Amino acid sequence: MMRTVSAAETAPTTYPWAVHAEGLKVRAGRHLAVDGLDLTLGTGVHGLLGPNGAGKTTLMRALATVVRPAGGRLTLLGESVDGRADLRRVRRGLGYLPQQFGFYPRFTVREFVEYLAWLKELPKPAIPGAVQRAIDRVGLTAKADARMKTLSGGMLRRAGIAQAIVNDPAVLLLDEPTVGLDPEQRLDFRELLRDLGVDSCVLVSTHLVEDVVAACTDVVLINEGRLVHQGTPDDLVAQGGAGDAGDSPAERGYSALLRRHRAEAGR
Amino acid sequence: MTAEHNASSHPSPAVIARYADREVELDEVTVWSVEVHLEDCATCRARLAGSTTPDGGALLARVAAGLDRDLGAGPAPVRRRRWSRVRNRWLAGHLVPWLTMTLAVLAVAVLLQAAQPGLPSLVALLAPVAPLPGVAIAWSRRHDPAWELIAGTPAAGLAMLLRRTAAVLAVVVPALALASNRTGVSLALALLPCLAFTAATIALGAFVGVRHAAIGLGAAWGLAVVVPAVATAHLPVVLQPGSSGGWVALTLALAVVAASRADRFRRLSSHD
Repeated sequence: MMRTVSAAETAPTTYPWAVHAEGLKVRAGRHLAVDGLDLTLGTGVHGLLGPNGAGKTTLMRALATVVRPAGGRLTLLGESVDGRADLRRVRRGLGYLPQQFGFYPRFTVREFVEYLAWLKELPKPAIPGAVQRAIDRVGLTAKADARMKTLSGGMLRRAGIAQAIVNDPAVLLLDEPTVGLDPEQRLDFRELLRDLGVDSCVLVSTHLVEDVVAACTDVVLINEGRLVHQGTPDDLVAQGGAGDAGDSPAERGYSALLRRHRAEAGR
Repeated sequence: MTAEHNASSHPSPAVIARYADREVELDEVTVWSVEVHLEDCATCRARLAGSTTPDGGALLARVAAGLDRDLGAGPAPVRRRRWSRVRNRWLAGHLVPWLTMTLAVLAVAVLLQAAQPGLPSLVALLAPVAPLPGVAIAWSRRHDPAWELIAGTPAAGLAMLLRRTAAVLAVVVPALALASNRTGVSLALALLPCLAFTAATIALGAFVGVRHAAIGLGAAWGLAVVVPAVATAHLPVVLQPGSSGGWVALTLALAVVAASRADRFRRLSSHD
């Protein structure tokens, strides 16, 4: 299903990076989960890898403007979002799927995506078409009028992805989007990611290294709130050798990078 | 060629007739400028419809018939029900238990008043804090399941808080009116403090968070006014019949404070 593209969307951008963080510090409770992170993300699909507790979810929350950064500079789509900036314009171009994705059980899928589309200030005449298109893209057309409490975990996740893409965001943040999806749905999701990465900046946080290698154009590895490595999936594979832990070349590269980073941090 | 088709002038009828004719080749620049103009100008579109050639018309009729056939075979458009849209945007389902509790407390106050006429008017004493539980929960991270989703949307802010507060007041105000009617308290005395405290919660919430503001105001009112009133069986000065003017002025002042700090409500997480 196609949609009309306005002239504003085809205008060239005046900012170099969709997401630009310099020395970003973000607190999660009292703990400084993101501690001096420098990150630049442009168009494409970026996979965010890292051990548990590395600060991935907190970073996603800061990029989604849900949490205010405690220090450093963060620029999204050319506008600064730390401090007292006007967030409405930036938020219209964002899509976010949190890890613990909460929903209203009595809403149907269509009502839920429509409610989020209305909250994202899509123009009212455009909302039904955009909702139908988002539901079709994630493959939930058959279940569009079912109540959300009747859906399985994978379908709920797909409904969450639908609400994240309903406004065709320029920056799309997905925190563990493949949890609960079966292997065939994961393949469909990789197709969707490749499609989305053509003209927007997508950041996917995941534990599944194969998903990252298959669908992402760029891999970002963070540990203890800092950037460890950013490069293509081939770079990640090249970092690993036969002696590192892991069952696939990418996993070996991942453990090699972590081992080196921990050794340096210990020094 | 392009000079005659700038935004303020219409293409001549001859150009439109050549554009409509499938046999004639127009150069790309003219075609492009005519199409851009036709997107905005209904007069020229009507002129184009009038100058369609017979086989052009036959092609359009075939396309229209094919589209109608495909649309008829597909699913019917979804029926938009206005009530469900209002319900989804204005009411928050997680508020229902708290509003039920508020109504139950008011009902108990009315019954107690009937049972013990010697007590000072319990409805007047409870009226200011009646909407506070609802307002505190309307915005709360812990009780709204979709909090994290809503927090990142452009519409999150004071307008959304006011919408949910209006839903709370839509339940609490009629209940207060009914209760004050039953126990003989004047309507102004029951409703004006209620509105003033709602405005105070929102205004204070811009600085310390709506939940903390509600708890603080409720506790302060309880300790400073309700407990002495019940102990001494006297209505306090602030709830005497002549104080309505003061409550109105207070409500307006607090509303101005809340409106001036509207930008602090953009980030929910810093306020809960």
